[in-house]
Amino acid sequence: MKIGIIVFPGSNCDKDVHHVLRHVLNADAEFIWHRRDNLNGYDAIILPGGFAYGDRLRAGVIAAFSPVMKEVKRLAGEGKPVLGVCNGFQILVESGLLPGALMKNNSLKFVCKWTSITVESNRTPFTHALRPKQEISIPVANQEGRYVADPKTLEMLEHNNQVVFRYHNDDPNGSANGIAGISNEEGNVVGMMPHPERASESILNPNGRDDAVMIFRSLLGYMEEQK
Amino acid sequence: MAKYLVSVIIENKPYINDPEGETILKDLIAKGGYTSVKSVRTAKMLSVTIEAVDGKDAEDTVRKLCDELRIYNPVVSNCKVEVIGTVQIKN
Repeated sequence: MKIGIIVFPGSNCDKDVHHVLRHVLNADAEFIWHRRDNLNGYDAIILPGGFAYGDRLRAGVIAAFSPVMKEVKRLAGEGKPVLGVCNGFQILVESGLLPGALMKNNSLKFVCKWTSITVESNRTPFTHALRPKQEISIPVANQEGRYVADPKTLEMLEHNNQVVFRYHNDDPNGSANGIAGISNEEGNVVGMMPHPERASESILNPNGRDDAVMIFRSLLGYMEEQK
Repeated sequence: MAKYLVSVIIENKPYINDPEGETILKDLIAKGGYTSVKSVRTAKMLSVTIEAVDGKDAEDTVRKLCDELRIYNPVVSNCKVEVIGTVQIKN
């Protein structure tokens, strides 16, 4: 069971994700350079945060055309778990794997702070070990994190239980319906703006919590069940 | 073949709020006393110089590449492509 962490030019959270998977959870995880065009042998894929291609034109749009994305789409189509965090979420949206778009925050500023989110759907591989409405302490760090979609798409997301995470009290981006993370219709592709890899060890959390590690634990549990 | 200057204007759709436009309106224009201005929307413009057989060819190619390569995000933006004119070829 192997998890691939895609590295684009400008990714900067790849090592944090790798650290959590390898050293906190003792899982098999490898870096994958974005030019690779074959992802055979990987059971799950994570697109980490950062600033791929310097966010030029729009966050995520250039990376969405990287050779590896054809393979990410193939694995997503096969039902394999795919998680995009922050810039990874932006890339998933730009590549059409998730609906909607991520716009500049209402504040127009880069927002970097601890916040909390609630689990809205636990039918995804990344949340099935969490309880609905469970609150998770987690930081955000983005400038283009305001989730938007047309009213029809929003209604569909709510109706199909595709809203995976919502900001708990304070929405740092100004997202529609307070959305912090969504999934595709099948539930295997998830994108989220907050950073679970920065909140998976209590020593990193100002409140001494490590509940975000359950997002990765959920994945490992799910992969174990699929064996 | 001639060189054409083509402008591409990428504007957010009306349902997308525009905090930058709102700030320009509220904190510069309204505070500066221009109370007759009711709305400002920001946009992005690309000036593209392209070789083409005629103006229509230039416009069609730019339109196609904007759609194909997601130069604009069709979920949130509209894209206007307009031929401004020919460009002198300098040697």
